[in-house]
Formats: sequence, C-alpha cells, structure tokens
Amino acid sequence: MHEMGIASSVLEAVQAEAARRPGAVPVKIAVRVGELSGIDPDALAFSFEALVAGTDLHSLKLEIETRPRQHRCQDCGAAFAVVDYDFACPTCGGLRTQYIGGDELELLYLELEEP
Amino acid sequence: MNRVVLEKKVLSENDRIAGELRERFHRHGVLCLNLISSPGAGKTSLLERTLEAFARNTRVAVLTGDIQTDNDARRLARSGFPARQITTGGACHLDARMVERALEDWRLEDLELLFIENVGNLVCPASYDLGEAAKIVVLSVTEGEDKPLKYPSIFFKSSLLVLNKIDLLPHVPFQIAEARENARMVHPEIEIVEVSCTTGEGLDAWAAWLAKQREQVRAGA
Repeated sequence: MHEMGIASSVLEAVQAEAARRPGAVPVKIAVRVGELSGIDPDALAFSFEALVAGTDLHSLKLEIETRPRQHRCQDCGAAFAVVDYDFACPTCGGLRTQYIGGDELELLYLELEEP
Repeated sequence: MNRVVLEKKVLSENDRIAGELRERFHRHGVLCLNLISSPGAGKTSLLERTLEAFARNTRVAVLTGDIQTDNDARRLARSGFPARQITTGGACHLDARMVERALEDWRLEDLELLFIENVGNLVCPASYDLGEAAKIVVLSVTEGEDKPLKYPSIFFKSSLLVLNKIDLLPHVPFQIAEARENARMVHPEIEIVEVSCTTGEGLDAWAAWLAKQREQVRAGA
C-alpha cells in the first residue's frame, strides 16, 4: 500500500503549480494510471481524499484515467489494448505483437479557477 | 477555468535521483541489481549463498531494506563483504533517495557489483526506480503459481525470475511449469532460473546469469 505516498506526490505537484499562480484555486488534478504501474486506482482515490480532507484543498478533485496494457502488431501495425493476456492482434490475428504502453503513472493536467 | 497541461511523471523526483544514481553506477562500472519478492521468498538466503561463493577479493556490497531491524544486514555481513541496512521506518519499499543516502560514504570506484535487497513486498517496490541495471523478482514454490498474474507490474518490470525453494516441490502443490507460463504471459522476454538455496541446486544457472550481466557492464565500461 504505497498509494498514500503517490497521493502525496500528486498533491505536492498541485501545490507547486498553484504556488506559481497566486490567487488561483486548484479544482481538479488528472492523472493517468497504467494497468502495469502497480498502483491501485481505488486505493489512490481513497488516499487522496484522506489527504486533502480538512485542508484548504478539500474541494480538489482527483480524476484518474486508467490505461490498459497496449500492444502494437508487428504485422499490420495496429495498436490495441490487451484484455486478459490475449496478445493476438484483433485486426489481423497476428501473434507477433509488442508491448508499447500501460505502465504509466503520470500527471496529465491541473484545472484552476483564476481570479 | 484554466487548464494547465502537466505531462510529467508523478514520481519525477524519484526518477531524477534514480537517473543520477544510474549515471554514477555506469561511470564507475558498477552493476546494480534490485531484488524484489514477497516476505520470506528467500532474497536474503539467495544473497547469502551468492556472497559465500564469491572470491574474497570480489568488489561486491549489499544494501538491504526492511521496515524494522538490521537482522538482514547482520546476516549478510557474515560473508565479510560490506552490507548496510536501510530501515525505512514504515515505508513498504525503498526509494531512490534512501539508496542515495545509504551510499553517501561508500566509494563506488571500489565496487563492481551492488545488490539492493528491497523491502519484502511484490507491489510497491515495482513503482520505484532505484537506478538499478535490472530488477530481479524472487518467487518461492510455497507461494501460488498465479502470483505473476496477480502482481503483473513487478514480473513485467523484472529481467529475471528466480524460482526459489525448488527442494520443496515434492511437498507442495506448486506447478512450476504453470508458474513459468504465467510469468511469460505477463512478460514474454523474462529469463527464469530455478534454484534451491538450501541444497544449492540451480545456483550455477543463477551464477551464470550474474556473470553474463557483469560481463556486459565490463564490455560497456
């Protein structure tokens, strides 16, 4: 359970960004969590709520975009999301596919209300 | 409403420090390996067997992480090689800053191999880059063969899977072929060795893997 640490890192990023914009009120922070990141989205949401509760950022919303494992077919070039470890290309049926993403833990954007 | 695009990693500060560590390891020709497993899978035993097989003049050291106690560092120090405990005081993983601090008064130029034994945990250590050349996941046959499917992140990010305690296979229901298949399902390129730290079976394959990695570092340095 390291989602509390991850939530703190997200909050620190928000605070750093807000500090550069005096008077702005952070409203929403969006993050992308890949299936292979080792982060549980529900635990992250729970930790984040607990962290901001009772602070001046209590109304800050965390939006989590989850991303499944992504592969690319080496035969036809199609990119696709892998479901249940089925690595076959859904477009051409090719079996030679390569991992291209799904371990992300990224900050996407911050929404602020500016004075 | 103003939307500011951030587009950076949540753990960018950890990754920055890990990047510096990786650069330092590379500059000094140090092979750094990060060992990860659930508690009790045999990371410390594997390191004990590994260290005792090394020639006395091998330039190897170990950092070992635990939430509490320095038991593992004391166990590993019996080998005569430098071993230092990182006590996280609650954190379920090591991060790059802990490693950076632990290395502060060690001269990397005196080392060619550094093992980092992470906190026993199959989940959290997977998220933190420590600057290592490779992650190694240890899975023992007293656990479930479906662990790679339940904890895909660490099996995906590890270069090598060490299946440990194979001397116990006659006594447990563990299906080793299924475990290998599950690991390859999550990570088709993962290398796999089967060992017993009790009988020594398979440790030659582990030693050969290590030797190959060290050779690559020497060739690159």
